[in-house]
Amino acid sequence: MTMIGESVLRLEDGPLLTGTGRFAGDQNFDGQLHMRVVRSPVAHGRIRAIDTDAAAAAPGVFAVWTGADVADVPPINLRPGSAMQDLEKCRQHVLAQRFVRYVGEPMAVVFADDAYRAEDAAELIWADIEALPPVVELMDPPAAFSPGVSTEPAVFVKGYGDIEEAFTGAAHIVECEFSVGRHAGVPLETRGALAFWNDSADRLEFHAAAKIPHTNRIALADLLGLELDRLHLFEGHVGGGFGVRGEIYPDEVLVNLAAMRYRRPVKWIEDRMEHLTAANHSREQTHRIRAATGADGLILAIDDEFWFNQGAYARTHGATVPVVSATMLPGPYKIPAYRATGHIRLTNITPAGTYRGPGRYETTFVREQLMDRIAAALDLDPLAVRRTNLIGPDEMPYARPFDIGGKPIFYDSGDYPKSLARFLDHVGYDALQADMDARRAAGEMAGAAVICFVELGGDGPFDDVRVEMAGDGSVEVITGVASVGQGVETVIAQICAETLGIDYAGITVTHGQTDRIARGQGARASRVTVMTGNATHKAATKVRAKLLEKAAELLQAPTESLDIVDGVIGVSDTIGEGPSLTVAAAAAEILRTRDAPCIAVEETFENDRATYSFGAQLAAVTVDPLTAGVTIERFAVAYDIGRAVNPMLVEGQLVGGAVQGIGGALFEEFLYDENGQPLSVTFADYLMPTAAEVPDIECLVLEESPSTTNPLALKSGGDPGVTGAGAAVAAAIGAAIGRPGAITRLPVTPLRLREILRTG
Amino acid sequence: MRIHLNVNGTDHGVEVEPRYSLVDTLREGCGLTGSHVGCEHGVCGACTVLVDEQPVRACLMFAVQADGKRIRTVEGLDDNGAFNALQQAFHEHHALQCGFCTPGMLMLATWIVERGAPVSDDELREFMASNLCRCTGYRNILRAVRAVLDRTEDGA
Ligand code: FES
Ligand code: FES
Repeated sequence: MTMIGESVLRLEDGPLLTGTGRFAGDQNFDGQLHMRVVRSPVAHGRIRAIDTDAAAAAPGVFAVWTGADVADVPPINLRPGSAMQDLEKCRQHVLAQRFVRYVGEPMAVVFADDAYRAEDAAELIWADIEALPPVVELMDPPAAFSPGVSTEPAVFVKGYGDIEEAFTGAAHIVECEFSVGRHAGVPLETRGALAFWNDSADRLEFHAAAKIPHTNRIALADLLGLELDRLHLFEGHVGGGFGVRGEIYPDEVLVNLAAMRYRRPVKWIEDRMEHLTAANHSREQTHRIRAATGADGLILAIDDEFWFNQGAYARTHGATVPVVSATMLPGPYKIPAYRATGHIRLTNITPAGTYRGPGRYETTFVREQLMDRIAAALDLDPLAVRRTNLIGPDEMPYARPFDIGGKPIFYDSGDYPKSLARFLDHVGYDALQADMDARRAAGEMAGAAVICFVELGGDGPFDDVRVEMAGDGSVEVITGVASVGQGVETVIAQICAETLGIDYAGITVTHGQTDRIARGQGARASRVTVMTGNATHKAATKVRAKLLEKAAELLQAPTESLDIVDGVIGVSDTIGEGPSLTVAAAAAEILRTRDAPCIAVEETFENDRATYSFGAQLAAVTVDPLTAGVTIERFAVAYDIGRAVNPMLVEGQLVGGAVQGIGGALFEEFLYDENGQPLSVTFADYLMPTAAEVPDIECLVLEESPSTTNPLALKSGGDPGVTGAGAAVAAAIGAAIGRPGAITRLPVTPLRLREILRTG
Repeated sequence: MRIHLNVNGTDHGVEVEPRYSLVDTLREGCGLTGSHVGCEHGVCGACTVLVDEQPVRACLMFAVQADGKRIRTVEGLDDNGAFNALQQAFHEHHALQCGFCTPGMLMLATWIVERGAPVSDDELREFMASNLCRCTGYRNILRAVRAVLDRTEDGA
């Protein structure tokens, strides 16, 4: 039965369409306390005193904590694999200890019997803080940030080849500066946590976990001083992840700590303002980049120096974003010599983590604007410069001589020129450009551009899956991944169904429950379908072998002659005519003589190489010369996913990602004033695209280059929609105003674009 | 104080403080957690419900303002236990990912469809632009609502 490749409808939709979902806020436990966090109102200061008396005496209040009450709790660790030693001393405590370092930093918490009353009491807390001068500008020279810590705790270099020689021998040198503003995932559901001390099991339970439950379980148990088997995490429905949700934040630790100390359920749901000031930000970086090229636009070397704004503390992701930025900047082009110098900088604003397409969104913008600058400087067609530099199919697999977190950068497969050509053809590129030329000649600011990128995903190192088949033929797949709304249950069921020859709708996929499977890697880095998909395939293949073996015995036919179609086992090609039996009957027969409720097979898929895939995006825009407003007329994404398990869901990811990327290109930005006060604290000032600002995103899902790193040949699909979107919009605006490469900063707000138009 | 809300045809007598929002009251007082809270300040539309058949941001309305009124929420949409036409269209067009915005989108779309007036593509986009979705990029939501509108218009 072919299920892989079919756009079947999602298994997860039922509760979400009928209002019976179990998001964090939807869950309650009897006798629960509600937590409210009191956050710093200043960007930098010394805490002289925090007066909690009035709050503690307020109606319904059970307890109030300040830093002193949690002084024994260690700061939140960087996640294993994200560590960069110099960042260890920049970790955040769960409540501020003596100093506050950004507006929004937790400095006290109130626990009350009702959410309204907890909020009322929080208002009564008065903190005496001696304000200190804040560091707000990323590009200020390094200085002292906190005792023993500089504003530049780490600098690193990634590169290969002889940079100096390349620049000495170059026909042209192009130098520019580009920056990306501060964006974040901003899921529609704010963060929340619900912890519960389960007396009968004598363990702490954290409900409403997300993203990486097993990883967080280990980290939380460590922070709370609990043995691992006395803590379990349970994932409910999750209202969007995008990198930001599901990390260990101070707030989650506090909820769990209170539940543990008081042996009572504790619930916390943040409001939108808290989310925008306290959850991880991402993206903000500035690049000073130069390229050495030949007269034909062939790049000989790229030398990039960039600064990454980490905010006030190093959070769980540590150096992930700057390291991915440094290693993925070269993208789909042969760059014979390359050097990236990354500066991690601390400032008195909200700390940073990852956001969908981390390090790729930013550097795709930087690299593709650089390509446009090269084209402009050499008077070449921007697309021609890209084609000249693309890695050729004969060079695949393509290794870059450096690594990312110990793993080599190894583009496993792809025919970039062919994929690009198919895309240009698909969107009618030549006709579109001719049309744009005519419109510009007639005085309109209209333009279209295509940009290219390489996407990274399917990150290992392992995933475990247990496939269980009961005597009635029903199947449960248990995995340590998580759902953030991307359709995990459906794609994993499809892979299992195809392997077993049964209907996907009868397969239950259980994820995000740490008491059901011992290990898991969660949903991060676009890895779920690749890793869990292959583990599922391995485990289901073994279940299938058991079923066929039993059927062979019962049908008196050689195992190799048998197949399973629509849940019926028989001799291949004659199923339905000759002797046969159902999968359920075979399973029941296997279990008859055993003292077990189900046939259970556990398998691990390990992978020390990520998947790398090619994508391209097209944007066509007009610019209003009076307002400098940008209208997107067309937006298209091409992506070679190797093999699509569910093309409908792949398109869903591409479209959703593209719109997030357009948001970052035109609207979204966390701004601060010179005192470090956040200016983007509501949805009225952090502007996300609505249906009115985006066109119908067009998709071309290609399956030209199966991955060579895993048996199912899958590549990742979670991030590519977002990865090139900032670059595509910027390039199209450059084309529209007749100045390729002119956009130096995302988002391209009307104010910034007007400045560019004025200085043209 | 005690108020009465008729939600999806069922009467709920609930005890509220004057400051309680309608969405909090529906969720906590009536136990109907389908309507979601995404921003509490009237921008995202996740809390959209119909009050006397008009779409309302239930985070911006006090529960006392809805006393005695007829309210419809996502929990009342189903067609005898099965998806109604809009829910089915959202399912078929993959118009939801995380599903957090979905109840608000469905209620807004219910109003658009039940108005019975023809809706151009531009108008539909304009209407749906009042609610935010962070996952789907809107394309499939618009397609789903369009499919139902087309069917209603054809059948009418
Ligand atoms: S929660 Fe009501 S509009 Fe956002
Ligand atoms: S489906 Fe996630 S916000 Fe709309």
